[in-house]
Amino acid sequence: MSAAYPPINPPLPSSGAASRSAKSGVWVAMFAITMTFAAFTSAMFVRQGSADWIHIAAPPILFANTVLLLLSSFTLEFARRAVRAKTQPLSAAELRTPRIAVSFTLLLGLAFIAGQYLAWRQLAAQGFFLASNPNSSFFYVFTGVHALHVLGGLAALVLLSFRIFQRNPRLAALPGVSLYWHFMCALWLYLLFIICTRL
Amino acid sequence: MDPALQPQTHVHAPPQGFIRKYVFSLDHKMIGKQYYGLALVSVFIGMILSWLMRLHLVWPNTKIPGLEAIAKTGAPGGVVTPEFYLSLLTMHGTLMVFFVLTNAPFAGFGNYFLPIQIGAEDMAFPRFNMMSFWVTFIAFVALIAAFFIPDGPPISGWTAYAPLSAIGKDAGPGLGWGQNLWAISIAIFCVGQLLGSLNFIATTLDLRAKGMTFMRMPISTWAWFLTSCIGLLAFAVLLPACLLLILDRMAGTSFFIPSGLVVSDRLQNHAGGSPLLWQHLFWFFGHPEVYIAILPAIGIVSHVLITSMRKPLLSAKVIIYSMMSIGFLSWMVWGHHMFVSGMNPMSSLLFSFPTLTITIPATIITLIWLGSLYGANIQINSASLFALGFISMFVSGGVSGFFLAQPSIDIYLHATYFVVGHFHMVMGVAAIFGILSGTYFWFPKMTGRMMNETLGQLHFWLTFVGTYCIFMPFHYLGLVGNVRRYSSFVDDFMPALMPLHKFITIAALLTGAAQLIFLYNLIYSRFRGKPAPENPWNGTSLEWSVPSPPPWNNFGGAHPVVYHDPYQYGVKGQSGDYVMQTSPEKIPSE
Repeated sequence: MSAAYPPINPPLPSSGAASRSAKSGVWVAMFAITMTFAAFTSAMFVRQGSADWIHIAAPPILFANTVLLLLSSFTLEFARRAVRAKTQPLSAAELRTPRIAVSFTLLLGLAFIAGQYLAWRQLAAQGFFLASNPNSSFFYVFTGVHALHVLGGLAALVLLSFRIFQRNPRLAALPGVSLYWHFMCALWLYLLFIICTRL
Repeated sequence: MDPALQPQTHVHAPPQGFIRKYVFSLDHKMIGKQYYGLALVSVFIGMILSWLMRLHLVWPNTKIPGLEAIAKTGAPGGVVTPEFYLSLLTMHGTLMVFFVLTNAPFAGFGNYFLPIQIGAEDMAFPRFNMMSFWVTFIAFVALIAAFFIPDGPPISGWTAYAPLSAIGKDAGPGLGWGQNLWAISIAIFCVGQLLGSLNFIATTLDLRAKGMTFMRMPISTWAWFLTSCIGLLAFAVLLPACLLLILDRMAGTSFFIPSGLVVSDRLQNHAGGSPLLWQHLFWFFGHPEVYIAILPAIGIVSHVLITSMRKPLLSAKVIIYSMMSIGFLSWMVWGHHMFVSGMNPMSSLLFSFPTLTITIPATIITLIWLGSLYGANIQINSASLFALGFISMFVSGGVSGFFLAQPSIDIYLHATYFVVGHFHMVMGVAAIFGILSGTYFWFPKMTGRMMNETLGQLHFWLTFVGTYCIFMPFHYLGLVGNVRRYSSFVDDFMPALMPLHKFITIAALLTGAAQLIFLYNLIYSRFRGKPAPENPWNGTSLEWSVPSPPPWNNFGGAHPVVYHDPYQYGVKGQSGDYVMQTSPEKIPSE
């Protein structure tokens, strides 16, 4: 019976299928991450009932960081569209735009993380540390866990930039990475709303 | 067969060398076996812990040789202290629920057989898959390490209720670094399960062979797929809960610790937290976890039963829809673990209703099995016996759920042995029967050798009778008011219950010893068993269309095409009373 499947070597890799899997993987991960932040949010609503709930003013630098993250989302989308329209493999001229766009995304993403770090420093300078009060605890938890997820996205972007600067790069992961990056951006907008209105 | 019909993402090369082949393997089959092996180690450790607990309950002064070496303070001179009893209880529950009931039926068998049953060469993300096992292994090491630190393992139970679990070493032995290790271990475990679930879902969505529509997937594949959907969302909630617990313990935050808490004569430096919050977050994960353990077992048992009955189920589709409704309802019932927690009594009613509703799909599944068994000429072997035993356990354990689901009755029965009997039968033993049924069924495929039938059937009868002897009396103990988690019974009404407790302990020792038969059979058959043919049970699904054991890329680089629904039994096929999914022959009834 085993002869029913004659060996075909090597198996045919298909960038179409790889890209589809990467994208479904990101969709699935998005459900899990949404659930995680829903859990944090509901914990925050329960914790709000206590008498020691003290409002803290969000560090203004958060808004600048938001602009950086939004911009990075645009640049990555730019790269994705530039690659999507072309038949692979891409020529050096066709790769120019996506190369620049991905590099900018990477820089903006790093700048966002640096900005978040500055926000923590500002808050700490005011005397708000992780355990100072429930609001500052939630602030650090929300922004910290989000930053960890952004770092995951940055790791993927670093790999992607290594690839995109090669000749005939395999860019199957690009749609998945950009989907994840947009999600990080949307998630941040939600968190910013929560931080400004609830904490 | 056109090889270009179904492109695959599997591009990693055949493994070379020991490390890539057996340790950091990317092959889903090896990873499945690693999960199974880890579960096997965990189940024996968990079982030994339960022996120690049972011995302590009835003969508290028993000296256990060698125990002092592991637990100097917990068991001075080899005699278990009341505090160490609680440590044993915590570690038994944690090992069994996480490292056995989640690892074996879902991660173990699922990893091995899901890709083969849908005709894929591997999982969608083989590297994530490898990571998921090794992350789980690290979680296991972190948990077991709690035995070997001076503090000892935590005493807060597998549910780690706050504030006991959140305040640190003031609260008792094991609640310093022991509890830290527990929380870190479970957080890491969550990461492993999330990676695994993500892989299962993406694989099922994207890598099905040509012709493998969703409704042509075997029930076992459906079960693993639905379980991974539940696991993805459930572990995504337990992970943040553990993170908050770790912050409370190590960073001084107050998520779960209320104001003004005095423990061991010391005012705790925390304020405003909510212990109920931990219970909500934990059980929001914890109840779906029950279905993470039982759904794969339902899938495996259905798969085994159909093959043994040689005829289709009354309706495989309704079983799949029922599993979906169980999965959906599992998100609305977490509060039934908290009827006496001080939560609003009105919400108890709200949680009671969906809990009772879950019995409907569960009953439908059972009735479909029983209705299909009626008049079936079932082939009796170790695998089908354990499948039948599963139905028995599932019903016996499930019926007591009717009582516990009602707040008015639960207030009386809560935290008694009735609850312990209930969940051990319906979740613990039933899922173990599912694992054992799957083991006897798929062992030939996984190793290329048959297991010994005589030993298998002996193992079944000893285990079946033994587990009833252990867990049925628990219900009676609970009804007369015997409280769980107590390490000794000093109330006036207790002496009359001691003979029953002694009977349970002896039954537990014997039933546990009977598992050595299984272990022997497993190891002996692995090396000396009769060589297995490709399709020893005349099955129809894709795993029986490849050699035993399957080659590293499952289908030898080819892409299978699926022509039929998964269970074409009782038909006139070319090779007997069945037609395989991959066989292009026509079936008149289709």
